[in-house]
Amino acid sequence: MKVGIVVFPGSNCDRDMYHVLLDVFKLDVKYFWHEDKLPKDLDAIVLPGGFSYGDRLRAGVIAAHSPVISDVKRMADKGMPVLGVCNGFQILVEAELLPGVLLKNTSLNFMCRWTELIVENNKTPFTNKFALKERIPIPIANGEGRYYVDKATLHTLKKNNQIVFRYGESVNNSVFDIAGICNKEGNVVGMMPHPERAVEAEINPKDCKPASVIFESLITTVGARK
Amino acid sequence: MSLQPQELDYLSKKIKRKPNDVETHIVAAEWSEHCSYKSSKKHLKILPMSGPRVIREKGFDSGVLDVGDGYVVTVHIESHNHPSAVEPYGGAATGVGGVIRDILSAGTRPIALFDGLRFGNIEKDSQARWLFKNAVTGIADYGNCLGIPTIGGEVEFDDCYTNYALVDVASIGFGKKERLIKNHADAGDLVVLLGGSTGRDGIGGAQFASDSLETEDRSAVQIPDPFIEKLIIEATLEARNEGCIKALKDLGGGGLSCAISETADTLGIGIELDVNRVHTRESDMSPREIMTSESQERMLVITDKKKLAKLESICKKFRVTCSVIGKVTSDKMMRVKNNNVVVASIPAEIVANAPLLDRPSKVPAYLKELQKKKEPTPVSDLSKTIMRLLSCPNIASKIWVYGQYDHEVGIRTVVKPGMDSAVLRLDNGKYLAAKIDGNPKQCYIDPKNGAIGCFEEACRNVVCTGATPIGMVDHLQFGNPENPEIFWTFLESLKGISEFSKYFDIPCVGGKVSLYNETPQGPIKPTPLIGVLGLIEKKPLHTQKSEQGDILILIGITKDELGGSEYYEYIHGFVGGKCPTVDFVESKRNMGAVIHIIENEWAKNVHDCSKGGLAIAVSELAMTSGIGCTVSLDNIQSSKLPDDKILFSESHSRYLLSVSKSNLDSVLGYLKTKKVNFGIIGKFEGKSIAFSKSKKVIAKLSVDKAHDKWFNSLKDLVLHG
Repeated sequence: MKVGIVVFPGSNCDRDMYHVLLDVFKLDVKYFWHEDKLPKDLDAIVLPGGFSYGDRLRAGVIAAHSPVISDVKRMADKGMPVLGVCNGFQILVEAELLPGVLLKNTSLNFMCRWTELIVENNKTPFTNKFALKERIPIPIANGEGRYYVDKATLHTLKKNNQIVFRYGESVNNSVFDIAGICNKEGNVVGMMPHPERAVEAEINPKDCKPASVIFESLITTVGARK
Repeated sequence: MSLQPQELDYLSKKIKRKPNDVETHIVAAEWSEHCSYKSSKKHLKILPMSGPRVIREKGFDSGVLDVGDGYVVTVHIESHNHPSAVEPYGGAATGVGGVIRDILSAGTRPIALFDGLRFGNIEKDSQARWLFKNAVTGIADYGNCLGIPTIGGEVEFDDCYTNYALVDVASIGFGKKERLIKNHADAGDLVVLLGGSTGRDGIGGAQFASDSLETEDRSAVQIPDPFIEKLIIEATLEARNEGCIKALKDLGGGGLSCAISETADTLGIGIELDVNRVHTRESDMSPREIMTSESQERMLVITDKKKLAKLESICKKFRVTCSVIGKVTSDKMMRVKNNNVVVASIPAEIVANAPLLDRPSKVPAYLKELQKKKEPTPVSDLSKTIMRLLSCPNIASKIWVYGQYDHEVGIRTVVKPGMDSAVLRLDNGKYLAAKIDGNPKQCYIDPKNGAIGCFEEACRNVVCTGATPIGMVDHLQFGNPENPEIFWTFLESLKGISEFSKYFDIPCVGGKVSLYNETPQGPIKPTPLIGVLGLIEKKPLHTQKSEQGDILILIGITKDELGGSEYYEYIHGFVGGKCPTVDFVESKRNMGAVIHIIENEWAKNVHDCSKGGLAIAVSELAMTSGIGCTVSLDNIQSSKLPDDKILFSESHSRYLLSVSKSNLDSVLGYLKTKKVNFGIIGKFEGKSIAFSKSKKVIAKLSVDKAHDKWFNSLKDLVLHG
């Protein structure tokens, strides 16, 4: 299967994601600069973390207007799995592929720490090999990571099963402790924590198996489709 | 902001005429203490700089160490003290930017950052708190944006930094040996300036940093833009891969004046440039301003004419502005033009080589006064004292600081910040441990032994991960060198560092000297900072939690060495006493033993004894495992010292080892064979950290309460004052 990593000016987790997809999960992976066209033969798209455009204006908003986003939208509409991590999540939200916004953390500081996620939706292409409520040790690293939606939208998210991950503890005052969501169809997933930093035993102080299931789910999903 | 009269004479004689205004400013920037090292250069030669791993080539702005399998590690350290004292956010951030470009200019990708921060007393002084907060945010915002993990450092508070700040930043790079930039140039090559535009910020920054901070000259502080820096990193590395770079230099202190003259001098070429072709932020900048501006995020590239189109297309992709500002000539002149008018023309060799000084030195009077002081009487409540030390800003957990730094990006961080030293994995299967350490309290009391102590402490920290030290960088920060007493402390520290470096075969691969660090109250304490890199061939110590029944061993001898200790200074408010000294033979033996024990996986945890002494080191081990520890002072190797001295002495070469019962015999057998001084001093059990002597408990504290104090004190202080 072929995965495309979209690189924006200021992306800085693109190389980490590339390493994980290529060396850990042995996938065919390719970078695409934000001005490139995305080829039709991709099986999944990843928007990595970083500080696209230096977080100017607000995180993700300028990248959301990059030429590549129209291709991402078109492919997402056709049901292709799309994962946005950290800044990638912020871009997906700003591009209106996902609902809500990401606000500055209540500490007003950048936060880098390990935490735990709880899987709330195991029907997405990135979570279908999880049991519900499974826990994932994983690090967060963001300054604008507090997910916010109004009450009505939160209700809709719950009703549509769009809440994918919640924090196992109160981390940054995200609404309903939300750490990751998906679109209504479930193929576009955005999450603030960094799965690519948690899948190798050497750098994961706890357990690298749960985070790996995110990518294993994707492999199963794409494999089943073909 | 000009040349000294004798320097002007010297220059005039050399060029056989009076320099014009532009020339004077160019030379003044380059001959500033900051750029020329005119006070220190003669003396720095005593540092050993070569070794089997050291790769030295012309024009490298960072140290390069061969780590095998075709890979190299680069390292550099810088400070941004003057700017940070005036504008902590921008000063600290641009400090990060500068050191990263030094790593980049060798052709390696920056993979880690370290910062050493020093401020006044944050418990009492709200300005110190403001400086601290903003410097940390400045570093976080810059490093995080670039995706370079900040994985270590140190924070210290001392009255000598009141109204001032020391912000030191070290960076490590990694890359393939074959991709190092082999700086060279031929006549006709093009000189290209790429990156941010040149503005009026930071004009005269090098001179600003080479004088006492009397006026808050904000225009001399540069403005940070990490986004441009990130684009420059990617553009430069891509240009390197495409063979577009013949020579590369970062623009830092002294701006174009420094970068052009040093590049030309080092490569034995001439450079002719036109200031009119420099992309500027403002339209009416004079040649003088353009030549001395220290605007950030700029790189100087020398490229072959044939490669220019490729270089321009790479810059276009990353939307990095690049301007061809001049060309390489064969006449060894640094020639600056403004359109067709030559505004400066001096041999590069003269610009780049300031006349060196031989400053006088003499033993400071204060040292004699210190010796007369009577050491304080012991405290009555040891438990309370340990608790107070755990919450003291110099000892309390720095999680409020490193929690704001992305220390995971790059997915190399095997051992995370907060331990003795962080460890990174390298692409060749080896591991790199790195740590920076300073100790101005001890260096004030004894500049030479204090400096040696900093060096040994940095070594101990990397050794605690299982690493063997392979190289070091030093950063020597002192007050006004024109004061012979201050200059003496500089020379003494340098001597100490050099002796240690020679004995242990740890070459100095880079460094920096920062003088004129003066506050309104006087000079700072001598603050040499040592950064040590350690290499682990197989695998680092995988720290495990200590459990019920695990044994605590102390390697090393505890001596009557409390001078500059946190116990004397923080608890007693006493400055004086005997500074800890390092016994080189014992130090080497202990390091070797600890590395061997880690390689054999006999220890669960290894921790060095430093600030706060044994009492704090034991507490830290217990707190991180969440288990109690009972220690008997009777088994500690010391010469019958009073209890408080045993608990709080900051003697060097000491390591605490947590060992499970099953490995105890192997450890003891090995230590005995190697004739290492050690004692089995306690075991892990229960919920209290307890110290006893002759079976009588002399201090006892709850692990949870201790942890709470240690973990939260600094954060509470910053957030709530």
